[in-house]
Amino acid sequence: MSVPAEAVFDAAPEIAVSVNDVTKIYPGGVEALNDMTIQFPKGELTSLLGPSGCGKTTLLKIIAGLLKPTSGTVTVNGIPVTGPGKERAFVFQDFALMPWASVLRNVAFGLELQGMAKSERHAIAEKYIDAVGLKGYENLYPHELSGGMRQRVGLARALAVNAEVLLMDEPFSAVDEQTRRKFQEDLLQVVADEQKTFIFVTHSIEEAVYVSQSIALLLPRPSRVSEIIRPDIRRDISPDAIRRDPVYLDIVERIWQGLRTYVE
Amino acid sequence: MSTFLKHPLTLRLLSVLIAAGFWEYLGRIPISPAFPTFLQTMSALGGMLADGSMVSVYPATFQPLLIGLIISSVFGIACGVLMGLNTKAEWFGAPLFIVLQSAPLAALIPLLTFAYGIGLTSKILTVCIMATPVIVLNAYSAVRHTPTSMIEMGQSYLGSNMQIIMKIIIPAASPVIYAGLRLGAAMGFIGAILAELLITPTGIGDLITYNQSIAEYDKMYAAIFSIMAFAVLFIEILERTEYMFFRPDKRVTQ
Repeated sequence: MSVPAEAVFDAAPEIAVSVNDVTKIYPGGVEALNDMTIQFPKGELTSLLGPSGCGKTTLLKIIAGLLKPTSGTVTVNGIPVTGPGKERAFVFQDFALMPWASVLRNVAFGLELQGMAKSERHAIAEKYIDAVGLKGYENLYPHELSGGMRQRVGLARALAVNAEVLLMDEPFSAVDEQTRRKFQEDLLQVVADEQKTFIFVTHSIEEAVYVSQSIALLLPRPSRVSEIIRPDIRRDISPDAIRRDPVYLDIVERIWQGLRTYVE
Repeated sequence: MSTFLKHPLTLRLLSVLIAAGFWEYLGRIPISPAFPTFLQTMSALGGMLADGSMVSVYPATFQPLLIGLIISSVFGIACGVLMGLNTKAEWFGAPLFIVLQSAPLAALIPLLTFAYGIGLTSKILTVCIMATPVIVLNAYSAVRHTPTSMIEMGQSYLGSNMQIIMKIIIPAASPVIYAGLRLGAAMGFIGAILAELLITPTGIGDLITYNQSIAEYDKMYAAIFSIMAFAVLFIEILERTEYMFFRPDKRVTQ
């Protein structure tokens, strides 16, 4: 490491995903996004946080290429998005697992669609099933798993295709609170291990502050990015200590004060 | 003991026994001289099976039935899936099949006989017009109700349209498609018997009408009973094939 430490910190972060002047008007005239511009730094987890109706899921689906913006562009590593791509993987709010397929097949499904040979894709899937803590559950079906375990399958599927950008649409909202906390801790580990860019939609302030390197605070009517917050909380202390850390609590409070006027 | 009582098979047998007991009771009152008891019917059934008079007529009934059901299934599922995937096909097909499903199609049988004669073709077509609408409409609605997130999942992991249809939409729709097939098969049995009663008496329909005309009511009921038993068996086998080919997850919960 010959680069001086200061130089690393001073360098502007490399941008993985860039959203430029994106407007989305749904058929019927509902305006979900209005001239939205936001950038997501490489290798970090950025949360899109905001009350319901602020267009955060719409924005995520436009980045995923699942929805077309009415105007504006999205680029990933400088290349414009025209549809779904290999460099992006999606984690769904309702897991979107195939009930007729085993855990192994579900995790390997992205690779199956790419036409990878069975033994090869199963080997990769096994590795990520292990990584998300589901070793031994390979041959079970989704209905035999708890909600938390199902979302681990969804996460393993997204990791298995080795995309640079992971798009997570409220991944923990259908999971109970205890599982959710454990999941958040595990997610931090995945972010540290995988060196990927994560874009994470949530409506939970605590969750956003806990897991994110930066938080884009989205506000509705008209939908806009009101603020980018970098919660520089200490990561070298235990998860429980973080949740009691005054810095953490202050940021949660500050975001709540900013949002409360939008909550009826 | 309690697991034995709660076992689904015990309950099914119990339900059959109660129905048979009620039949026996009604036959013994008797409610009509033309209504044999359950035991008389069963002994007639045993006799007809033993002397081969029942076994020999079945091929004649099964030929139009099976050909008709295969045509209805292939054509019906293809139509239904297409209507579920394509809006134009939906506009074109949905009203037609909704009308066909609710229409009393047996009324068309004389028309079919007029057009195609009294042979096999008319009988196959009778099975088809009875079985197809329900198969089409179930397949259509099943495809229509594939969860959006599952299709988005296929798209975001770069599945081609063909892959999304074959690997996601069809398996997701298979329980309702199979429900349609089971209903269609039941309608097909009705169609096959109607054809034999209304077009030309052959097969099991002949056995029913002949025994009715010579007042051998126990034999007549045995013939009716046998075709009902076959229909139930056939539909049960159909259900098994679904679990085998499309929904291995359901076998786990069995």
